[in-house]
Amino acid sequence: MSGDEPLVAIRRLSKVYVRGDQVIPVLVDINLDVARGDYVALMGPSGSGKSTLLNLVAGIDKPTSGEIRVAGVDIARLSDADLAAWRAAHVGFVFQFYNLMPVLDAFANVELPLLLTSLSRRERRERVETALALVGLTDRIEHYPNELSGGQQQRVAIARALVTDPTLIVADEPTGDLDRTTGGEVLGLLDRLNRELGKTILMVTHDPKAAEKAHRLIHLEKGVLAD
Amino acid sequence: MFVTLLVLRNIFRHKLRAFLTALGIVVAIASFGLLRTVVDAWYAGANASSSARLVTRSSVSLVFALPLTYAQKIRQVSGVAGVSWANWFGGVYVTERNFFPQFAVDAPTYLAMYPEFTLPDAERKAFYTDRQGAIVGRKLADQYGWKVGDTIPLRGTIYPGTWNFNLRGIYQGADKTVDESTMFFHFDFLNESVKKVYPRRGDQAGVFIVQLRDPGQAAVVSEAIDATFANSLAETLTETEKAFQLSFVAMTEAILLAIQAVSFVVIVIIMAVMANTMAMTARERYAEYATMKALGFPDTYVAGLIVAESLGLALAGGLVGIALTFPLAQAFADAMGTLFPIFFVSDETVLLQVAATLVVGLVAAAIPAWRAARVRIVDGLRAVA
Ligand SMILES: Nc1ncnc2c1ncn2[C@@H]1O[C@H](COP(=O)(O)OP(=O)(O)O)[C@@H](O)[C@H]1O
Ligand SMILES: [Mg+2]
Repeated sequence: MSGDEPLVAIRRLSKVYVRGDQVIPVLVDINLDVARGDYVALMGPSGSGKSTLLNLVAGIDKPTSGEIRVAGVDIARLSDADLAAWRAAHVGFVFQFYNLMPVLDAFANVELPLLLTSLSRRERRERVETALALVGLTDRIEHYPNELSGGQQQRVAIARALVTDPTLIVADEPTGDLDRTTGGEVLGLLDRLNRELGKTILMVTHDPKAAEKAHRLIHLEKGVLAD
Repeated sequence: MFVTLLVLRNIFRHKLRAFLTALGIVVAIASFGLLRTVVDAWYAGANASSSARLVTRSSVSLVFALPLTYAQKIRQVSGVAGVSWANWFGGVYVTERNFFPQFAVDAPTYLAMYPEFTLPDAERKAFYTDRQGAIVGRKLADQYGWKVGDTIPLRGTIYPGTWNFNLRGIYQGADKTVDESTMFFHFDFLNESVKKVYPRRGDQAGVFIVQLRDPGQAAVVSEAIDATFANSLAETLTETEKAFQLSFVAMTEAILLAIQAVSFVVIVIIMAVMANTMAMTARERYAEYATMKALGFPDTYVAGLIVAESLGLALAGGLVGIALTFPLAQAFADAMGTLFPIFFVSDETVLLQVAATLVVGLVAAAIPAWRAARVRIVDGLRAVA
């Protein structure tokens, strides 16, 4: 694989929902490249298909037609089981509502994706501690999600997303549930992940402040790219 | 381990719900065990009976006795190793509520045929040499606080008058399936006393007990015995001891079937309750399951979490229920006295309880686990927002 090949290469990607005899096109003939190390913000009105596109790239949804190559693999063709293993190895997720396990403390939440690796208990501990230190939550390691503020929960989620050292981090409105200050902290973190750790980030956002940090802005309008 | 921790934490997430569900399982599994034990107790006499013994009685009805002279003729039938005889006495000890069986038996031949009643040699000897002597089972002696040497007065119902017996021995069962709540005394004592007052009722036996040379010959020997007395004034009906005992149980068969049905209905009900708990639990967590699947956990892993949680909850309740069955059965047995001479929780019942617990856990988890495995990640994630 050559170094200048894009990390994500989307070709003629379409997604339609069929309800009865009604066909709802959500994404229409999308072509998009994302370079390795890029930080892309995906913007557009509500219902324009941003989350759908992000989910397809992250491998948690399947396209109706087209290709999604990530690091050379056409993930649209993988079986469900292979796709699950691929996600575990290559994708870090940051959700709008954090999606932490309420019964697990910060440490265990971050450790969760590492259970799918062959790392030893000690190696897992080291990685979790490093990730939590990076998001500045070393002192909250034994706190449960309901004992943390929204911003802190999102930082735990970011630690969970980076602990497996993924190829790609996807974030769907990561500041959508946060106030301006804590939202700013989260954006600062994503920025550091991109600049200092070289992580490729694909982020859906409404927030112009969030979009500012990105290297590249992409607009979706009714399922069509308009940049 | 991590998964165990996750499952345990999930079980105790809604403490009240988990507690109430587990409590339901405790009650269901314990009732199931107790009901089955009652049914077992009912059949216990028949199950403990030997297939090497036959019982010969009047073909008309048990209330008609047979001439004692039949003993000789039965002994001559080929395949017969020994004969003994017994009469149901039907006496009352102090009050009618104190029910226990009493038999007038030909002691030496009878006890020889029932080696499962074990008695110290000295007590056996004392019993044989006292015309008015009697022996009782350990359980019966304990219930009324009788000791060897005591006099036991019985008020006769079939044989009027007050009858005093000298307790000469206390027998024990060779194992726990042997009835220890029966009283035996000498046939001759009854027979001679009866002859004095009602000469025509003398020299009659309610049943003959026949020891077989070969248990495989039961059918042939039964037929031969009945053929011997065919067309006589007192025709006989001979069957295995087990069939004889079961003919008593048959009268209450409908009740037993109902009890058995109820024991299973209880399990079905708790299964429905548990299934509802698991369905509610899983529905609340679809977003979490979807998140785990997004992180790369396989569908089977997520389904496994639900199954493990359901099994964990079922086992927590089930094991307590099984443990409770023993003291419950004991309390029940104590309250019932000698009505159920043999009353214990069988290994089979415990196994059935374990099986019922596992089935409840698995069935309750089946649909939620299947749904959680099948749900599309994007739909599951939407459940939170
Ligand atoms: N399961 C579904 N069935 C039918 N339509 C859907 C489904 N999921 C999403 N859509 C539709 O797809 C369109 C794009 O949704 P989405 O990608 O979530 O938009 P955005 O994230 O840009 O707000 C919307 O019109 C939405 O109603
Ligand atoms: Mg969206």
